[in-house]
Amino acid sequence: MSLLDTIAFVFYNALFYAAPLIFTGLGAVFTERSGVTNIGLEGIMQVGAFTAILFNLFYADVFGSMTIWTAILVSMVVSAIFSLLLAVASITFRADQIISGTALNMLAAGLTIFLVKMIFGKGQTDMATEINSRFNVPVLKDIPVIGPIFFQNVYITSYLAILAAIIGWVIIYKTPFGLRLRAVGEHPMAADTMGINVNRMRYIAVMISGGLGGIGGAIFAQSFSMDYSHSTISGQGFMAIAAMIFGKWNPLGMMGAAIFFGFAQSLSTIGSNLPVIKDIPNVYLFILPYVLTVFAIAGFIGKSVAPKAINTPYIKGSR
Amino acid sequence: MSKSLRNVLIPILAVILGLIVGAIIMLISGYSPILGYTALWNGIFGDLYTIGETIRQITPYLLAGLAVAFAFKTGLFNIGVEGQLIVGWFAAAYVGFSFELPMYLHIPLAILAAGLAGGLWAFVPGILKARLGVNEVVVTIMMNYIALHITNALIRAIAGKDTSERIHETASLRNTFFEEITDYSRLHNGIFLALIAVVVIWFILEKTTLGFELKAVGFNQDASKYAGMNVKKNIVISMVISGFLAGLAGATEALGTFEYVSTKGGMTGIGFDGIAVAILGANNPLGVIFGATLFGALKYGSLNMPNEAGIPEEMVSIIIAIIIFFVACGFIFQLFLDKLSKKKEVK
Repeated sequence: MSLLDTIAFVFYNALFYAAPLIFTGLGAVFTERSGVTNIGLEGIMQVGAFTAILFNLFYADVFGSMTIWTAILVSMVVSAIFSLLLAVASITFRADQIISGTALNMLAAGLTIFLVKMIFGKGQTDMATEINSRFNVPVLKDIPVIGPIFFQNVYITSYLAILAAIIGWVIIYKTPFGLRLRAVGEHPMAADTMGINVNRMRYIAVMISGGLGGIGGAIFAQSFSMDYSHSTISGQGFMAIAAMIFGKWNPLGMMGAAIFFGFAQSLSTIGSNLPVIKDIPNVYLFILPYVLTVFAIAGFIGKSVAPKAINTPYIKGSR
Repeated sequence: MSKSLRNVLIPILAVILGLIVGAIIMLISGYSPILGYTALWNGIFGDLYTIGETIRQITPYLLAGLAVAFAFKTGLFNIGVEGQLIVGWFAAAYVGFSFELPMYLHIPLAILAAGLAGGLWAFVPGILKARLGVNEVVVTIMMNYIALHITNALIRAIAGKDTSERIHETASLRNTFFEEITDYSRLHNGIFLALIAVVVIWFILEKTTLGFELKAVGFNQDASKYAGMNVKKNIVISMVISGFLAGLAGATEALGTFEYVSTKGGMTGIGFDGIAVAILGANNPLGVIFGATLFGALKYGSLNMPNEAGIPEEMVSIIIAIIIFFVACGFIFQLFLDKLSKKKEVK
């Protein structure tokens, strides 16, 4: 492989792996900014992945090449509804956010496999036929050097993810909605006195995170596993939360972290084709995102500070 | 309504509601709840073999639940029991198959290695929390995956394949008496280890200065500091003891149930179920016995549901998750129970 080919190969693989992390990580940013930890994103991704594969299998002949996009939309809706469980438990019923998030994960893992076994009579679904495939960006692909790296043989999901992160940044930092969201997460009582409905904002944030996590799960399942089983989503949701922390609760920082984690993940599978990398044992690449996150949150790599009101239900009138 | 009564009533109500919701889900899915619960019951108590296996399943649940509950008492959420269990499992198995020692040394050494490995794994989030105020939830989640990948790599490096060799008999917790009375189930001496741990932890929490300090730190860090307690030290100790217990849970799997260690595609689930056990047991050592018995039995019994009733065993995972939701939403039950008791007072 020429140098240019190698760079292009590494780059699009990193972005390919990063796309589900960026969507789910963006969901994590939204909910945490409102003061609700969503440990349940792992489970939400499972629900998204399961829904997407199921939809893909049953409606591929109806929607044809549009199947994966409709599947992603359906997953988004289903996962947003599923995340309501967390919202009801932790916002209205004031349950501990970590406990209800853990329960959400258990429920998602149990429920999806239960349904898989009920529908397919075995532990995994059939293989989906309509899958996420590469395309060339018209015009841009012909630019020398940049074209082959960024615009040839790319996955459209990668660019949608980057676009989503940028839109997320604009919403959180440049709109009244974003200001309210951050206010509710930092100082809910102050927000309440300014007439913001704290619990409603939090419900919206949790459902946004559910929808985005569902998109992340749907992209992952339709890009990598093509079917759904208990091991389809194993840690991607937690890795997305890690990307959010590494990116300091900022959509763009999170995106950078997710691309880096995607890079590390892709190296562990494609690294055997690359010089130098192939000599590094896989285990270091596997644990890299997690170790870096521990360093980041410990403040060794800049300071990551969580929103102040995280993990506390808002009770009107209490101080 | 007194707090202790509430701590007993809410879990029991949650379990009943969880089973009812489970029955409704089975009905909607076109299965018969009666057949399902009968199969579950038979899977738990059907014959001597299943009873033995049920108790075996309860063993790691006791230790994992105890680990979560102990950290909770100091106000720490140890989601890392899973990872601490995995490193403990590996450490115990490693000592079990690589050393040649007489039994009275080999078993304690292997168990100790597991506990220390788990304790070390929990020390990292503990020290980060104590020194830098880092949220232990996130660190322990990351440590879970680091544990998973590192032990997998170590097993492959040592064994050259995905399963290690068997541990030597001198390290085994096998109990021939149990085998004979339970029709050769894998029930092993680990259950004694788990029960001893419950008693020891109860003693530490209720009867020692250390336990008092740990609980005080959990209630109010500022007040504890003002009273002259070393809050940071107590946080680290609490995490390490919790990790030690999780490591012991791994030891019971390594030395009792499986007698080897193999690479894992994902988490074992025991650590997360340990969270459920602790929550149901109201973070009380005796409550943990209740939680571990219930969830361990449900989990093992569920394996019989596909054969006997044609219902996927994941039904039980769904029921357990629902029970935890109900317990977590205790606030609503509390309002309900308070209203009930107020009405009575008025009369």
